[in-house]
Amino acid sequence: MFLKTFRKGIHLPGHKGLTSSLPIEILPSPQQVVLPLSQHIGAPAEPLVSVGDQVLLGQKIAEAQGMVSAPLHASVAGKIIAIEPRPHVCGKMVTAIVIENNRTDEWAPEIFPRHLDPERAESDEVREIMKEAGLVGMGGAAFPTHVKYNLSPDQPIDYVILNGAECEPFLTCDHRLMVEKPDRIVFGLRVMLRAAGASKGYIVIEENKPDAIAALNRAVQGYPIEVVPVKAKYPQGEERMIIYAATRRVVPVGALPAAVGVIVNNVATAFALAEFIQSGRPLISRIITVTGNGINQPKNLEVRIGTLLEDVLNYCGGFKGNPGRIILGGPLTGSAQYRLDLPIMKGTSGILVQTEAETPKTAPSVCIRCGKCVDACPFNLLPNFLGLYCEHDQIDKAEAYGVLDCRECGSCAYVCPARRPLTQMFKNTKNKIIAAKRKTS
Amino acid sequence: MSDSKILVSAPPHIQSELGTKNIMWMVAAALTPAAVASLLFFSWRALVIIGISVFSALLTEALCELMMKRPLTVSDGSAFVTGLLLALTLPPTVPWWIPALGSAFAIAVGKQVFGGLGHNLFNPALIGRAFLVLSWPLLMTTWQWPTSSLSWAGTQMDAVSGATALGLLKEGFFSNNSLSLPYLQMFYGNISGSLGETSGLALLLGAVFLLVYKIIDWRIPLAYLGTVLVLTTLWGQDPLFHLLAGGLILGAFFMATDYVTTPVTSGGRVIFGIGCGLLTALIRRFGGYPEGVCYSILIMNAITPLLDRLTVPKRFGEVKKDG
Ligand code: SF4
Ligand code: SF4
Repeated sequence: MFLKTFRKGIHLPGHKGLTSSLPIEILPSPQQVVLPLSQHIGAPAEPLVSVGDQVLLGQKIAEAQGMVSAPLHASVAGKIIAIEPRPHVCGKMVTAIVIENNRTDEWAPEIFPRHLDPERAESDEVREIMKEAGLVGMGGAAFPTHVKYNLSPDQPIDYVILNGAECEPFLTCDHRLMVEKPDRIVFGLRVMLRAAGASKGYIVIEENKPDAIAALNRAVQGYPIEVVPVKAKYPQGEERMIIYAATRRVVPVGALPAAVGVIVNNVATAFALAEFIQSGRPLISRIITVTGNGINQPKNLEVRIGTLLEDVLNYCGGFKGNPGRIILGGPLTGSAQYRLDLPIMKGTSGILVQTEAETPKTAPSVCIRCGKCVDACPFNLLPNFLGLYCEHDQIDKAEAYGVLDCRECGSCAYVCPARRPLTQMFKNTKNKIIAAKRKTS
Repeated sequence: MSDSKILVSAPPHIQSELGTKNIMWMVAAALTPAAVASLLFFSWRALVIIGISVFSALLTEALCELMMKRPLTVSDGSAFVTGLLLALTLPPTVPWWIPALGSAFAIAVGKQVFGGLGHNLFNPALIGRAFLVLSWPLLMTTWQWPTSSLSWAGTQMDAVSGATALGLLKEGFFSNNSLSLPYLQMFYGNISGSLGETSGLALLLGAVFLLVYKIIDWRIPLAYLGTVLVLTTLWGQDPLFHLLAGGLILGAFFMATDYVTTPVTSGGRVIFGIGCGLLTALIRRFGGYPEGVCYSILIMNAITPLLDRLTVPKRFGEVKKDG
């Protein structure tokens, strides 16, 4: 059988065995949670509480602001002890609500199941639910989900795709979720289909997770949903690649997936939606994978949003030896951090701890024109030329060669034998171009 | 938990194991069977020529870099490969100063003048060889048949000790003497020719190694060899003979695949290979030389930047703009 996939890309050692068979454990709620008002792409949420207030579990503590934003809920019951700038994964200080846990876990009165029939729900109703649940894309991008479903009538949606590819090495949180909660995921997708007015759903999973494929195949019986096993190849989970693999549709550059009648959500987002409808729980916790050769006990954990990294790492037995690098997310696109007082956010999929030996400091050298980056780039860019243009600040040329179409998947920099920091250069150049455009417009 | 040594860097946070150095030394390793074959057929002379050529390449690289105050890159393997490749294209009879001068020229003029590794337009080893052929044409075309080849070639070879198999074909030697073409001996390398070009078997061993580890792209050698085979067949010549005689296999797998001087796009690589094949077949048939591999590749090197520009692939999701 030929598995569906996309062109180019790279083969990576998966390293998933550290955690792929470990059931999800629940991390005991921490003494304090730190909830940055900016957990998502778009405007920060606006606090609804003041320092000294008592809040209950699941209570809305900050409201969405403007068109693209999402509300925030208390992930523990207790007292608001601070609303002040705190360290944020972006590297800056960002205003956060800090709650001291009173350990009662008493639910707010507004937490109750919605009796919603997925096949009858109205689109507006579902969008409101998505917003009230505080849903954002949980694969890492953290785009507010209800905004994604704010569709213009001239762009009908045919398919909703759930991304269960989990193509980043080491991460297994989506895998475990699919194995353990397939019915909730499918319920979430049914609601999403209804919200989008789509006729068919796909759940795309890399073939290296046969147990997840089997579990979901059972769960989709009787619904217009197809489980699509795809080749294990990076970046299979990239939005445009997964759309191509499942539907053969190609999203035009500069357009959104809706332009070809598709919406993509993460499986964890569908699960969170089902949780809110069926149990009333807004997005106050998520599954993460704590993994890597630099951690004593790798685990899949359900953690409250706002739990600090050090609390999570301590629960996993702390560092094994000296940590070389601490990464939030996967090794290809995650962000390296050095502070342990950062909170887990809605879009955090994992903590990867590398050992010192795994973080060699190799100096970049000249491009030897080997073409490996060209063979890797799934967007058909020429990273070697882009790299030269970026290096010499020839921004016009970089733009002409499509640097803005780079999705920063990291494939080119991974394969480059000269260790050139290609992806990083492209990111910087994109930022320069975008900043310049803002200025002129 | 101390956080003093924690590295903060931009993604990606993992890298493939294959670095520039590894690649260069793998190419050197892939040339080893051919070097060993040259030792078997041409005895210790081969070893001396290879040794001098490699040493001269490394020395020249170091001297140039010292003079231009560039970082020393002698250990990256690329100068080693250039010296080795050049040696393998030399006749076994050349005096010792030929490889010394050739490699020095290859590195100094073929590579360092352009700015060092990654910046040169032409394949340095071929530049070195072209320089030698133009300056000392006689020395570069004096051949010697391996002593072991007398077993199959008989005494007739005494009369022709100054020619290669390709040269003999051009003169009509095999047909005039109703001698059947020695394919198998050619494949082993038991014929007259340059040090490392004669043994197709040894070269292919190395080539398979490079292909399996994806060090070289199959497109260029396939397009190159395919074009030569098709054209020589169309012209009623013996394609297998063309494949095995001369520097075609060495050129197609080890010279025309040099990263720096060949296109990076797949389309460009296919055109590059076809171009090399076309030129080689044309030179061999109509040119003044019996061999054409060296100049074919150099000519295609010259248009490599153009090929790259003409074959920029369509971006994923790119829509043709009107007008
Ligand atoms: S990081 Fe950008 S240029 Fe590099 S492979 Fe990914 S999309 Fe292509
Ligand atoms: S992978 Fe690196 S060395 Fe090779 S062509 Fe691309 S940028 Fe150059």
